[in-house]
Amino acid sequence: MSENSLAIRKFSDLANPTRFLALADRVLPWFAALTALFFVVGLWLSFTTEGDYQQGETVRIMYVHVPAAWLSMMCYSVMALAALGTLVWRHPLADVSSRAAAPIGACFTFLALVTGSLWGKPMWGAWWVWDARLTSVFVLFLMYLGLMALNRAMDDPARSSRVSAVLVLVGFVNIPIIKFSVEWWNTLHQPASVLRLDGPTIDPEFLRPLVVMAIAFTLLFFTLHIAAMRNEIWRRRVTSLRRLAARSAGREA
Amino acid sequence: MIALFFRDLKLSIRAGGGAMIGVLFFMTVVAVIPFGVGPDLNLLARIGPAILWIGALLASLLGLDRLFQAEREDGSLDLMLMQETPLLVTVFVKCAAHWAATGLPLVIAAPLLGLFMNMDELAIGATMLTLLVGTPAITFIGAVGAAVAVSLPRGGLLVSILVLPLAIPVLIFGVSAVYAAIEDPAPFLPPLMILMAITLFFAVIGPVAAAAALRHASD
Repeated sequence: MSENSLAIRKFSDLANPTRFLALADRVLPWFAALTALFFVVGLWLSFTTEGDYQQGETVRIMYVHVPAAWLSMMCYSVMALAALGTLVWRHPLADVSSRAAAPIGACFTFLALVTGSLWGKPMWGAWWVWDARLTSVFVLFLMYLGLMALNRAMDDPARSSRVSAVLVLVGFVNIPIIKFSVEWWNTLHQPASVLRLDGPTIDPEFLRPLVVMAIAFTLLFFTLHIAAMRNEIWRRRVTSLRRLAARSAGREA
Repeated sequence: MIALFFRDLKLSIRAGGGAMIGVLFFMTVVAVIPFGVGPDLNLLARIGPAILWIGALLASLLGLDRLFQAEREDGSLDLMLMQETPLLVTVFVKCAAHWAATGLPLVIAAPLLGLFMNMDELAIGATMLTLLVGTPAITFIGAVGAAVAVSLPRGGLLVSILVLPLAIPVLIFGVSAVYAAIEDPAPFLPPLMILMAITLFFAVIGPVAAAAALRHASD
């Protein structure tokens, strides 16, 4: 295959896995380097800025907790978009993307839950509260695990893809519930303070490291996601090569 | 469609259908609770509505995996996929029949178990009403899970795992409506209305998603 045919001009060109792999190989080092850079700056900022006058040093948990929680929702949205791509456009990579995103999303959700509970113990006096935001994020975690179980239960990716895409789309109703749970119900968890119509209500001292860490986490997600998609494509190729080998071995014998 | 409704109903009520097993399971779950928390009548009266709701939720999950699996085994699912009436309507009717066979007996059995729980008449009535309104939503959500897992050899447990997180809002609003009815200051109607809204919402979403999943699961 000549170098020219690997050029990507349209989004649909990505449907060819070889083209995607070429792109991933070119892009991944850059993404990884950017992620590392942002993490270094973000961590440096988050450990050098002042602590809160009430919460003291524990406010630094926020720099991990908030980006992880935000990514746990974005990851599901990416999965829902990919599910739409599977069902509507039959894009072959959409299924790979949604399958690769589920474990990453589960990890970020778990991270958000753990850091939240570490932060909740000194601030609220309890590891866990059955509050609307916490409960809905826990439900999101369970849904990630259920989707992973479903993906594993079916061995044929072509058939499991559309079926799990349907389930991903149905589960998407949970995302707006999580986002607005702090506004609809009186929760112990504080309402949104960064993404607001009337500007952030958080002090710039805390906002700067938070934004840098959020960018770092988002870049980390994309790096991991592209790498996981590449692994998934390779895994499928290995499986089909194994099947071919087994078939030809049976024919010779 | 009416014929399909009665066919499904008969199949699940007669021997081997498993509709009565759901009620039996419901009764067993509720009967086990006093052994766990102790026979304190005041405590039982307070947590009774929640126990009835959880028992009904678990019992209606129990039979869900058979919703499409029997049809797939004897091949009538392919006929349903091929017939001229939209698959959506077929799925909806099947859900309705499944609810009439498994959900409705739970609603009818609820007052008896409410007496075991030392609940007063108002609480029993409220629980019955919310179960009547809320259990169809569980069936419709469960239809999606059943359709997704229809081709799996041992999908029963997976259906419960997939469906339970989505059914949590039904449980929350069902139980909060009952407690709103018992405790005076909280208004009863808003949670009941939201419960109805959830049921109607899933009555639309469930059959659409289940039909899509069934189409793709068949090959």
